[in-house]
Amino acid sequence: MSDAQDRERRRRNLAIALSLVALVVLFYLMTMVRVQP
Amino acid sequence: MTAATLSAEPGIATVGDYFALLKPRVMSLVVFTGLAGMIVAPGTIHPLTAFTALLCIAIAAGASGALNMAYEADIDALMTRTANRPIPAGHIARGEALGFGWTLSVGAVAVMGLLVNIIAGALLAFTIFVYVGVYTLWLKRRTPQNIVIGGLAGALPPAIGWAAVTGDLALAPVLLVAIIFLWTPPHFWALSLWRSGDYARAGVPMMPVVRGKRSTRRQILAYTALLIPAGLSPSAIGLGGPLYLGAAAFIGSWFAWEAVAVALEKDLEHEPAAHRLFRISLIYMFALFAALIVEHLLHIAAFAIGPW
Repeated sequence: MSDAQDRERRRRNLAIALSLVALVVLFYLMTMVRVQP
Repeated sequence: MTAATLSAEPGIATVGDYFALLKPRVMSLVVFTGLAGMIVAPGTIHPLTAFTALLCIAIAAGASGALNMAYEADIDALMTRTANRPIPAGHIARGEALGFGWTLSVGAVAVMGLLVNIIAGALLAFTIFVYVGVYTLWLKRRTPQNIVIGGLAGALPPAIGWAAVTGDLALAPVLLVAIIFLWTPPHFWALSLWRSGDYARAGVPMMPVVRGKRSTRRQILAYTALLIPAGLSPSAIGLGGPLYLGAAAFIGSWFAWEAVAVALEKDLEHEPAAHRLFRISLIYMFALFAALIVEHLLHIAAFAIGPW
């Protein structure tokens, strides 16, 4: 795998990681919204 | 289909390529009409729930776009407008786009159903089904009515936005859906009038390719004649006020004027009237929903301030 391909893979993985973190935060906050009386 | 459209060189896809698979421009229009449905709906919604619903609409629209590009990579490779899309360009393999699209589709519907409400989730699933199953896989290559029936998918977001707030449907969101549904044929057929060579080369049975340009012009006029009153109808049921009525009447008249110009077109090589109609159709859709949003926000603001 060339350096360029390695760099793009790193970027894709970072984008996936950030999306997952955002989803976790969204689920946490939405749970707070829904359990509010 | 060329080898490049089936398998891309591994590891060359950028994050931007995946973003392009989501058809971001289509996504933005869909989010806009979904937001309008949400704002005009009676009742209240928590801002974070509203954000989640819009996010799900955006991701489902993007996922449908990715699936559409995956299933139509062979057509896209043959048309100048679409040959540079990530799959025909060889940046992303078809299978990767399918995995990406289906994962996001299932995720968006599940999140909408779980975190917003089940009706909004079901409507979102139905929208993806119409765009991918009915339009892309079934009708696109078989009938010139492809974009008429498939247009329902693009028309549904206001109903999804409405359902996200109320948990059900009513006449008002159905009218908004009808407006976009009737708008789609003149919008796409205007484009296809000057792109008919592209569609013919790719073997897509668009109206000008199958029935000829004369018939297409007449049908553009017929749908426009239905669209203009439909565009005014929200005022009749109190959904739109004077601002909306003024905008719909003004831009609607302009739309009708250009549709007549398309019907009477003499320059069959360059199709200048069709270009103008395509542009005005985008302005029409934006103006109608912007007027609806602004008017409702002004009402909400006036209500919050109270009577003077």
